[in-house]
Amino acid sequence: MAEFEKANSIGEWFDQRLNTSGFWRVMMTEYWIPKNINFLWAMGALLAMLFTLLLVTGIFLLMYYKPDVNMAFDSVNYTIMQEVAYGWIFRNIHGVGASVVFLVIYIHMFTGIYYGSYKKGREMIWLSGMLLFVLFSAEGFSGYMLPWGQMSYWAAYVITEIFGGIPFIGDELVIWIRGNFYVADATLTRFFMLHVLLIPLAILGAIVFHFYTLRFPHVNNEEGEFFDYKEESEKYLAGNQKESKVIAFWPDFLSKDFMVISIFMIFFFYLVFYHNAFAMDPVNFDKADGLKTPAHIYPEWYFLWSYEVLRGFFFDIAGISGKSLGLIAFGFAQIIFVLLPWLDKSPMVKPANQRPVFKYWFWILMADLFVLTIFGKLPPTGINAWVGFYASISFIVLFLALPYLTKLEAKMVGGK
Amino acid sequence: MINESRRGFMGKAFGAVAAVGAVGSLVAMKRSWDPLPSVMAAGFTTVDMSKLEENKLEIVKWQGKPIFLLKFAADMPAVEKRSVKVGEHYYSVMIGLCTHLGCIPAYSSANKQFKCACHGGEFNAAGIHTFGPPPRPLDIPPFAIKDENTIVLGESSPEYEALIASLSTDNNIA
Repeated sequence: MAEFEKANSIGEWFDQRLNTSGFWRVMMTEYWIPKNINFLWAMGALLAMLFTLLLVTGIFLLMYYKPDVNMAFDSVNYTIMQEVAYGWIFRNIHGVGASVVFLVIYIHMFTGIYYGSYKKGREMIWLSGMLLFVLFSAEGFSGYMLPWGQMSYWAAYVITEIFGGIPFIGDELVIWIRGNFYVADATLTRFFMLHVLLIPLAILGAIVFHFYTLRFPHVNNEEGEFFDYKEESEKYLAGNQKESKVIAFWPDFLSKDFMVISIFMIFFFYLVFYHNAFAMDPVNFDKADGLKTPAHIYPEWYFLWSYEVLRGFFFDIAGISGKSLGLIAFGFAQIIFVLLPWLDKSPMVKPANQRPVFKYWFWILMADLFVLTIFGKLPPTGINAWVGFYASISFIVLFLALPYLTKLEAKMVGGK
Repeated sequence: MINESRRGFMGKAFGAVAAVGAVGSLVAMKRSWDPLPSVMAAGFTTVDMSKLEENKLEIVKWQGKPIFLLKFAADMPAVEKRSVKVGEHYYSVMIGLCTHLGCIPAYSSANKQFKCACHGGEFNAAGIHTFGPPPRPLDIPPFAIKDENTIVLGESSPEYEALIASLSTDNNIA
């Protein structure tokens, strides 16, 4: 065993046993972040904050929530909302937080796309981020079922029904997922388990992994500039902080993150207290009824774009049913963002506005996602159905064209 | 060399034990998500047809879905490939979900038709779509005629197979 001398302070006592100072140095004071970044680089810390908020409020909701078809609705709408002291605030934070976390995820994700932060050694950052997006989507979906209102029930019904489109095993798969022929008690309890245990565990693991993927390629910067981190960090440590292109994660970078978090939290709690209705669909304040379909079924806003891709194909093409086409398009939409590092053939790591072709692609994609989101909420009748159809087609064409467009761009800029 | 082969053996032994354990675990986990026996038993619903009144819609629940049972009156002609004869009477036996987007249509005895409030689809008493967005007639659940007053929903029968078979051939022609 190594020699241990008597410690002179509590800090030293822990340092001897856990090397806390070394750990702090590696994780914080000598973890280097580029200087050339803006507030969009604070979204990661913001997401960590929001996830913590969801975790903590979730723990408090868990103490009164009852995962049983006969009790769930009242345990939320009566017990938590009216009886438990401050229960309403935990629910509002949890509901608004679930909605807003997707807003920040989308900002985070499209920041990455805009600045080309998925390329040239940063592929694992992108992949682990997309894994987190999938896990958060599953978490959002499973959580939405728990209040057992009409929208909870029918969203669960429609989404589980999607698996019925898988050839050969579809019908059995739907029954297996639900644990019944319809969305029932077995469905509620198993999605409760997923929501409060399995998926959060997976998310925690994926967050740690996502942080780790940043370690070696380092976070991208505003100009997509590559530089020698060793050289720049030595400048910083030698006291030449003004000339160095890097700053320390702590105290330099995180202190700015905390500033952004502070501003965001004021906005967030403004929503929680005064404008929480957008996260609380009125239809979901009717108790779930398997024999009464609401007139319009729509998901929460963050799933609208992919929902619209799913139902955009409302007629048969070349003998393939509209339902199957929608399902194929939906599957495409779910995985295509994951493949982005390999669809973008241009070696340029630059913000989109400096890329001659990609800038158009990026903003057309944004516009298309916006249209899909708007029309995903509207009833799919008349002209709406056609707008949805063309917006869905555009989405697919955009991604299929990306390799060709970026190859063209690579030629234009001479492979730089 | 001896060490190498011993370690190799231990590795293979562990691999074998782990593989058996993994397969066993996956089977058990998969089976734990299967519908319970009580749920499977509730997959059948027995209906006493003698309680039905003519031209009045009866809704029973089968596998969580609403099932429309409509006894035809004397002035309502039986519809080939749709109507089910139980005892002396003809009936419509249909899943009561609009084939457009799954809403539950309402029946009007006066007009002898179903009307869906969601998007205006209409079906006649035999469940054939007559107006609006529904792409096909109301679906028919598996049923078996037990005696002149009783049918069981969820169990297949030659009568049911015949209706379904005629449906698929119709679709092919169309």
